[in-house]
Amino acid sequence: MILIDSLTMKYGGFTALDDVSFASEPGRVTGFLGPNGAGKSTTMRIMVGLTKPTSGHATVAGRRYADLPNPGREVGVLLDASAQHAGRTGREILTIAARTMGVPGRRVDEMLDLVSLTPTEAGRRVRNYSLGMRQRLGIATALIGDPHVLILDEPANGLDPAGIRWMRDLLRGYADQGGTVLLSSHLLHEIEVIADDLIVIGNGRIVAQGTKAELLATAGTLVRTPDTAVLAQAIASAGLVAHSSGPDLLRVESDPHVVGRIALETGVPLVELRAAEGAGLEEMFLELTAETQREGAAA
Amino acid sequence: MSTTTITPTSGTPASGTPTSGTPTAGARRTTYPPIPFGRILGVELRKMFDTRSGFWLLMSIGILAVLASAAVVLFAPDEEIAYGSFAGAIGIPMSILLPVIAVLSVTGEWSQRSGLTTFTLVPSRGRVIAAKAVAAVGVGVAGMAVALAVGALGNVVGSQLAGVPTQWDATAANLGFIVLASVLGQLMGFMLGVLVRNSPGAIVGYFVYAFIVPTLSGVLASTQDWYRDVQQWVDFQYNQTSLYDTVGLSGDEAAQLAVTAGLWLVLPMLVGLWLVSRSEVK
Ligand SMILES: Nc1ncnc2c1ncn2[C@@H]1O[C@H](COP(=O)(O)OP(=O)(O)OP(=O)(O)O)[C@@H](O)[C@H]1O
Ligand SMILES: [Mg+2]
Repeated sequence: MILIDSLTMKYGGFTALDDVSFASEPGRVTGFLGPNGAGKSTTMRIMVGLTKPTSGHATVAGRRYADLPNPGREVGVLLDASAQHAGRTGREILTIAARTMGVPGRRVDEMLDLVSLTPTEAGRRVRNYSLGMRQRLGIATALIGDPHVLILDEPANGLDPAGIRWMRDLLRGYADQGGTVLLSSHLLHEIEVIADDLIVIGNGRIVAQGTKAELLATAGTLVRTPDTAVLAQAIASAGLVAHSSGPDLLRVESDPHVVGRIALETGVPLVELRAAEGAGLEEMFLELTAETQREGAAA
Repeated sequence: MSTTTITPTSGTPASGTPTSGTPTAGARRTTYPPIPFGRILGVELRKMFDTRSGFWLLMSIGILAVLASAAVVLFAPDEEIAYGSFAGAIGIPMSILLPVIAVLSVTGEWSQRSGLTTFTLVPSRGRVIAAKAVAAVGVGVAGMAVALAVGALGNVVGSQLAGVPTQWDATAANLGFIVLASVLGQLMGFMLGVLVRNSPGAIVGYFVYAFIVPTLSGVLASTQDWYRDVQQWVDFQYNQTSLYDTVGLSGDEAAQLAVTAGLWLVLPMLVGLWLVSRSEVK
């Protein structure tokens, strides 16, 4: 169980986190979603006491992380897989973690096996690791203490498709056995597949949170047509609300058969008409990303 | 310095114990004993030498010691083939290079960013940093002990090779001061580490501190009369290096050492420790 209570983090005049509160429950995978620079890593660093917040606090299993007697045995943390001494071998890094936590040395081999790093690879210096190998080593470090809480910042980064699949199954299994899993991502689709609960953060503020089912169950209809303007007007005059979901796409807060009838009556050609499962979330996420667009005015 | 493993107080779960590395997540709730300081110390000692840079620093001390001992046998005049020369042959490269290990032990956590893991596994930065300080001092003492022992061996073998009588020119008091000088050197490396927290910066700082400042101070003392009178009250390196060939400190000398150490070592170390406790690890 992770509890985040009104965290605010200011860097000089810049507010990186603004009154952030949420919980990550045992037995569930919580997805922490937000565009680049939203404040995900900052929140996670505060959780494990690496950064002091301006105000608010975070607890893990009812205690401040720093008050855990042997945190590695209770909370597995992966913040940045590249943050390792480049001159150490993968095996040495795991050995150091195992010794600090006081777990038997055989856990090192078990973990190498679990994340599919071969003995040769484990004997290589981390300087010469590929991105995916570093990520696997980072996951091994997080798991070596057999913790009941996992805090993982973008764990899928750099993993190949088989690796992503493997990690998804691993985290699912973890949560099914009662573990608490919090993982961040900036990709909605990546997190949609695995998370039970979603926390969406944008510009340092929580903009949505709930179970995946709730958030994806935004009722409505997606309708694709070349004549969006005409259709939008007809929908408005029928007293319904339409949102633009793309250049030729509308999301209407109503059922597909109602929207289909309006289109027929208006004589607008349709390319697509379907129930909008999760489109609300996607729209919101795109809007969030658009606000912090780094690519300038794209189309 | 135990690195023995500790099992959870309430034992492992009766059933569902993983036979392979499969994680078991949190169906259980155990209380774990706090991490003992000795374990942190053991890990920090290990981390000083398990990197490529740590390994090569040790190797270069060994290589320099062998070369210097050989040079004593081959080139030193007979009356200088004595214990002090051999102990110095290994002790001098050690006293120069061991502080670099102390520097890197601290700065690596920031420069190599391994602190992200270190300070997550042991959230109390004070304990980690204290372990690093103790390890640095321990390495300084052990290093000098090795230097003095190998120097004794070198003296026996070297004097035989050179065909001169074996001379023992060091007293126990002198050996004690050599160890003290080495400890101060290690603490200086540690201090620069916590103050700068960046490997290249702190190493440059160390060489400026250990070689350039004393040289400038020496030049100043030889040209300016007024400075010569106060040098021993402001030049820490002067007082520290003179420990290597002293057999006793006068009251004045002890006071000078204390004053300059306070100024050049303790004060910046306090600033560094304060910075470490505040700095964001990322
Ligand atoms: N020390 C600092 N000084 C100033 N601003 C900072 C500092 N640290 C972080 N920030 C800012 O805080 C914001 C949040 O950063 P954070 O790393 O938490 O984002 P993120 O959600 O993890 O993004 P990404 O998906 O790219 O990893 C960013 O705008 C970042 O520039
Ligand atoms: Mg991030």
